[in-house]
Amino acid sequence: MPHKTKARIADIEQRLLLDAIYHQYHYDFRAYAQASLKRRLQSALTQFSCKTLSQLQDRVLHEPAVFTGLLQYLTVQVSDMFRDPSYFLALRNEVVPILRTYPSIKVWVAGCSTGEEVYSLAILLHEEGLLDRTLIYATDINPHALRAAEQGVFDLDRVAAFTENHARAGGRSSLSDYYTARYGRVVFDKALREHMVFSDHSLATDSVFAEVHLISCRNVLIYFERDLQNRALGLFHDALVHRGFLGLGSKESLRFSAQAEHFDDFVLEDRIYRKKAGR
Amino acid sequence: MNASAAHASNTPDGGPYQAIVIGGSSGAIDVLNVLLPRLPVGLRAAVIVVLHLPRDRRSLLVDIFRPRCALPVQEAEDQQPIQAGHLYFAPPDYHLLIDSGPRLALSVDAPLHFSRPSIDVLFESAADGYGDKLVGVLLSGANDDGAAGLAAIHAAGGYTIVQDPASASMPTMPEAALARFPRQTPGKTPSKTPSNTPGKTPAPHVLTPEAIAARFVQLHAQRLL
Repeated sequence: MPHKTKARIADIEQRLLLDAIYHQYHYDFRAYAQASLKRRLQSALTQFSCKTLSQLQDRVLHEPAVFTGLLQYLTVQVSDMFRDPSYFLALRNEVVPILRTYPSIKVWVAGCSTGEEVYSLAILLHEEGLLDRTLIYATDINPHALRAAEQGVFDLDRVAAFTENHARAGGRSSLSDYYTARYGRVVFDKALREHMVFSDHSLATDSVFAEVHLISCRNVLIYFERDLQNRALGLFHDALVHRGFLGLGSKESLRFSAQAEHFDDFVLEDRIYRKKAGR
Repeated sequence: MNASAAHASNTPDGGPYQAIVIGGSSGAIDVLNVLLPRLPVGLRAAVIVVLHLPRDRRSLLVDIFRPRCALPVQEAEDQQPIQAGHLYFAPPDYHLLIDSGPRLALSVDAPLHFSRPSIDVLFESAADGYGDKLVGVLLSGANDDGAAGLAAIHAAGGYTIVQDPASASMPTMPEAALARFPRQTPGKTPSKTPSNTPGKTPAPHVLTPEAIAARFVQLHAQRLL
């Protein structure tokens, strides 16, 4: 079969599979960036011993456990604690002084995956003396990732990198103050978790659930096509309080978005934006 | 998803090419210094480069190449529409892919061959998007990232070039790519221009940095680039 024909069929199969997933399981990947999704689906084919996406579709529709497994391939992101330390440093130096003026603070980590960023923010806010009056909503579409995030358990061999990032993010304490190590893993302090609420939420299909002062959503929008990016940014705009803050990933920007006009650059090099006054 | 579909229809086999993707690792920056400044204004293809870089610091590639290149040079941004005659570098610690449009797309999926950005990730998604309207170039490097990607470009009917391992300061990467094809004499160019008939496309062109630069200029003169 000519290469072009094969490629076209693979595209059709991918669309059909995403439709099937949406109709059966109500997870909407149809507006995700298709190139990344394609790579992930190709590796899932090997895992589930399927030759084609059509075969995988058959299994996904008839075996819910296969869908649960596939969801890991489609959604799980592994991040580091304090990834891009300069982002956290900018939050600490530029955003925290303004958050400090509120009697109570709400933060939303959208697409929290296995929780690295949630714990990073909690530690930063604790160091700044704000955690006691802060509630962090941590949301994701993947229930397994949410459960993992809620456990606050990470492999010990990742902690050296976390520690270095934390120091570069202006850490005022030792990261080891916040965890106990055992059996090759570290468990983060339960006291941090008392300020976190983990919840299933989809930027593709759900709506705003709270009013928040800061939204951190990093390296999530890069997996979306532009329309879905705009939908998510619209939710963020609606969820933010007057002059609230939005932090994106270091290579994400509002530049190509319809929402750009509703935000001011706040710390542009670290992709921190501020909701414009008046809406 | 098929980036070429919207853009290229009634074009002859083997060009014109809409994009050049270039991958390299250690030793490749010197080669880029030979290749990129020679790319002429008016190039009809976009140029997209993945170079393995340290993950935790800002890339200097744009600063280095912008003053030396005739083409506009920038670091790739997510969702950016790809423009002909522009040169894009993958940012450190992100994979770079080609999405429909064609647009640039980034991901933080796991490193491949210990690399993010990975050359395979760019090459495979570019092969998917551009099909036979793509030139793939693999340069010096110390691991085998890019070999599978170059094979994918080849399978899609694209024009493939591998740096002559004898000219590479780290020959592992070009050798790994060539190991996937029947042996041929370095420096010798297959006589036939690539067709998109699978299995009949000639093996990659094995060229020195100077010869790659000359080939770009020649393809441009033939209005294929």
